[in-house]
Amino acid sequence: MNSLPLILTVFVACAVEATEALTIVLASGLTREWRSTFQGMAAALVVLAVVVVAVGPALTLVSLAGLRLVVGALLAIFGVQWLRKAILRATGYKSLHDEASAYLREVAAAKAATVTSRRGVRDWYAFTLSFKGVLLEGLEVVFIVITFGDSQRNLGAAVIGAAAAVIVITVTGIAVRAPLARVPENAMKFAVGIMLTSFGVFWGAEGAGASWPGNDASLLGLIPVVALVSLGYTALLRRRRAAGPASVAHPSPEVASS
Amino acid sequence: MKRLRSIGAFWYDFVVGDDWRVAVVVVAALALTALGVHAAGVNAWWLLPVCIFAALGWSLHRATAVTGEDH
Repeated sequence: MNSLPLILTVFVACAVEATEALTIVLASGLTREWRSTFQGMAAALVVLAVVVVAVGPALTLVSLAGLRLVVGALLAIFGVQWLRKAILRATGYKSLHDEASAYLREVAAAKAATVTSRRGVRDWYAFTLSFKGVLLEGLEVVFIVITFGDSQRNLGAAVIGAAAAVIVITVTGIAVRAPLARVPENAMKFAVGIMLTSFGVFWGAEGAGASWPGNDASLLGLIPVVALVSLGYTALLRRRRAAGPASVAHPSPEVASS
Repeated sequence: MKRLRSIGAFWYDFVVGDDWRVAVVVVAALALTALGVHAAGVNAWWLLPVCIFAALGWSLHRATAVTGEDH
């Protein structure tokens, strides 16, 4: 398969995660202090590197069919959850993820916390805030890179896509010194959800032993079908919301609380 | 113990997400596909996408349905 779809998919998926990590790092660095923030970031990157070194080679020992079955299942579950969230946000059933307000929340919390030194770190709060943000978002990046790269037996292309995303988002963040509120995060999540679901369905079915008509070329048909179905659900929910305001006045407890 | 529980909760949220039913449908559809291919000789490549679309619709319906009406 051509590496370009793989690189682009990983790029967009990792750009979303990098944007979220950047918001947390900026909130920590600008309101607390940069040294502890960078220490937290570095510590998280070391943990992520350990995860990659530990998990990456182990995956190459698994048979391709077994790997695709597990990775396909995980990606399909992951992808549908992303699509579900993006559709609920696009139709107004769930509030849009707003990096600017997320940044303000982090800043308010960071300003309220007291400065304490611990284990050679000047500001423990800044360290842990940055560490957690980079680790959690980084784990998603690692998951995407390893699953896509290994299933396609093209880890290099996946790493290129992820590295490009992290570099682009980091450089942009340094340049503007503000959360990337203008990144169309929901549209990107929608696109990533479509790609994750499509690749997950493709690899999952292959891993289970099925053969796709046209082999790899069937992905070119599967991706638009997943996109069309998702857009169809979006249109249906929009119509339903427009038709009955009562239906969104009391959404299910799960949506109301998430 | 508390730390173990929070690690478990993190991985559950990371892998399964907001609706566990989606994960159950995906795993069941993969098992049925494998069964179809290996036991019945049916190349059921279409089964997983059909189940995924149904699971997404079901999950969206549950998430947006009026409380007390559909549950």
